[in-house]
Amino acid sequence: MQPVSLRNVSKVYHLDAVEVAALNAVSLDIEAGRFTVISGPSGSGKTTLLNLIGCIDRPDRGEVVVAGQAVQAMTDDALSDFRARHIGFVFQNFNLLPVLSAYENIEYPLLLGKVAPAERRRRVRDLLDAVGLAERGDSRPGQLSGGQRQRVAIARALVHAPALVLADEPTANLDRQTGASIIALMHTLQQERGVSIVVSSHDPHVQAAADASVFIRDGLIVASKEEAAA
Amino acid sequence: MNARALLSLALRNLLRNRRRSLATLLAMVVGLTAILLFGGYRANILYGMQTGFVQQSGHLQIQRRGYFLDGGDNPTAYGIADYRKIIAAIRSDNTLAPLVVEATPSLRLGGIAGNFTAGVSRSVMAIGLVPEESNRMLAWNDYDMVSYARPLPLAGAGADAVVIGSGLARKLQLCAVLAVPDCRQASAAGDAPATKNATDAGAPEDVLALSALEKAQQPPAAQNRIEMLAATAGGAPNVASLVVIEAKNMGIKAIDDLYMAMNLSQAQKLIYGAGVPAVTAIALQLHHTAQMPAARARLAALLESEFPDEPLELLDFQTLNPMYGQTDQFMGSMFGFIAMLIGVIVLFTIGNTMSTAVMERTTEIGTLRAIGLRRSGIRRLFMCEALLLGAIGSAAGLVCALGIAWLINHSGWTWTPPGYSYAYLILVRVGQNTPLLVGSIVGMIGVTMASAWWPARRAAKLEIVDALRHA
Ligand SMILES: Nc1ncnc2c1ncn2[C@@H]1O[C@H](COP(=O)(O)OP(=O)(O)O)[C@@H](O)[C@H]1O
Ligand SMILES: [Mg+2]
Repeated sequence: MQPVSLRNVSKVYHLDAVEVAALNAVSLDIEAGRFTVISGPSGSGKTTLLNLIGCIDRPDRGEVVVAGQAVQAMTDDALSDFRARHIGFVFQNFNLLPVLSAYENIEYPLLLGKVAPAERRRRVRDLLDAVGLAERGDSRPGQLSGGQRQRVAIARALVHAPALVLADEPTANLDRQTGASIIALMHTLQQERGVSIVVSSHDPHVQAAADASVFIRDGLIVASKEEAAA
Repeated sequence: MNARALLSLALRNLLRNRRRSLATLLAMVVGLTAILLFGGYRANILYGMQTGFVQQSGHLQIQRRGYFLDGGDNPTAYGIADYRKIIAAIRSDNTLAPLVVEATPSLRLGGIAGNFTAGVSRSVMAIGLVPEESNRMLAWNDYDMVSYARPLPLAGAGADAVVIGSGLARKLQLCAVLAVPDCRQASAAGDAPATKNATDAGAPEDVLALSALEKAQQPPAAQNRIEMLAATAGGAPNVASLVVIEAKNMGIKAIDDLYMAMNLSQAQKLIYGAGVPAVTAIALQLHHTAQMPAARARLAALLESEFPDEPLELLDFQTLNPMYGQTDQFMGSMFGFIAMLIGVIVLFTIGNTMSTAVMERTTEIGTLRAIGLRRSGIRRLFMCEALLLGAIGSAAGLVCALGIAWLINHSGWTWTPPGYSYAYLILVRVGQNTPLLVGSIVGMIGVTMASAWWPARRAAKLEIVDALRHA
């Protein structure tokens, strides 16, 4: 099943008198089990596109199908539950809850999904291990470095085994080396767990790691290509 | 999300900005303490008044219809001659007997008391009562008040013994004789007639004649002997020679200046002479004020069936003492005003705290929503924080109020209420006052929740992408 399928999707922002067409009749299919990178300059519409795919925003026109579901008609609550079940998010600013420990941050989606305590413990430990923070579960985000925080965020995005993980510029707030290790980690986990990950970036190094690439400019997809590895 | 995780998250969020949370809590603690202390003070005053009224005149009184409104100065027209039978019926009634502490008759009369040795006379409001019974009523103390009521020393004293208010004692120039404390004798102007030192100088002829008639049968005049002039049932004046055995501070000055208590038989002799003795009221004192409705209903039925020909009515202590209701209303409106003021202040303080929290945590709200928390989950999160704040604030306010109440109650502070002639201990009843405690705390938590409602709603209504873009 295709994790994402967009048909003629448009999104217009209204700024006082001006209309900004952030996405212009975009059609896009993302194949399952890929590490897909959306590239484009700043302001090209990457965030807008990821927001629509992540079902946290609605298009003005066109059809969005995620994990086989047309999400248009779903209510706000149904969409929330849908995201909780099928989608994981990694943010540019990590967006961890500062009052929760690394362990609790990772556990949070499982609480939303009403997973039993023993199973929660097992999955959180597994993910802490997988992102190399087995010893830092008790640390608050404030006690972690940027790279460590993003690892916690990656673990949080994966813990409920979603079909799709979306990462909007996950390395923009990290130095080059840390960013590279984060991308490598995401790619490894994507392969190990068979999840589909979509990353947006304007960094060519990130794009180099992609199984599939989508190039976007001024709200239009200008090119997309599949790497041989996929 | 489970309740434990929600509560723990709410608590941690409150601890996040300790200074702000503490300031908010402080507003709640000060507000709740003020409400509880004033409420406790109000309760103490009302319980005190009620205790006083119930001790003096019982919970319920049986009077002849119209006496309370129109007959106060006319005991003859409004007498209840059947009073012994009525009291006997009450005491033997299966329903009433267990409720009633005392059922006792009394006769109110107006007259003029004269200390003719000093050449002064004054109007008095006298009450004739059965000393043993009315003393038993004075022992009523269902609310554990500091009781100022002392038994009347009339029991066991002579039939002509009377007790008067200390104000009346002063006016009759009996301070020295009765050794009334803090009693300043009337000044020179008031003393003018007394200085003449003429026996019976101020008394009218006919009164003197009556007085002489009485005196003939009495032991020799002592200095505390006074004459009491009253109108008899027939309308003619009658005089009794009385012995003042004590002056008693009645609290309220207006009463203190007029009060006289005597034996019922003495009062009846003054009013009815050799005729059929009657009373103006039968007072019923119950074990507990809460028994009033039941007692009243049974009493009404009893009077209706056993004494259908007597035009009687039942009056409760609130009706008999309008001051009780007026004080209740006055204190109630003051309490309402204070509570409202504090409620509004707390409302805005918490509203402001919660709004700031929502603003500061906008990105977090967007994140939680993106991860899959529903709008209602966001609302619940902030309401839970408010609830926690309200609960902690209420608990702290309660402890603070109880502590201050204890200090006040052990401080020995006194206060002289307006119109009273001696000081009362200032006491606040917080701990024992369950309705006040429950009401204030529920109210405080209610206000907390109400003030958090709008910020929580706003947080829940945020668009996810807008919230996430908020840096
Ligand atoms: N909330 C908004 N209001 C108005 N214009 C917006 C808003 N969000 C994005 N835009 C505009 O839409 C276009 C695409 O933005 P975005 O999707 O954020 O691009 P990118 O993530 O590639 O930098 C830009 O021109 C941007 O200014
Ligand atoms: Mg962007």
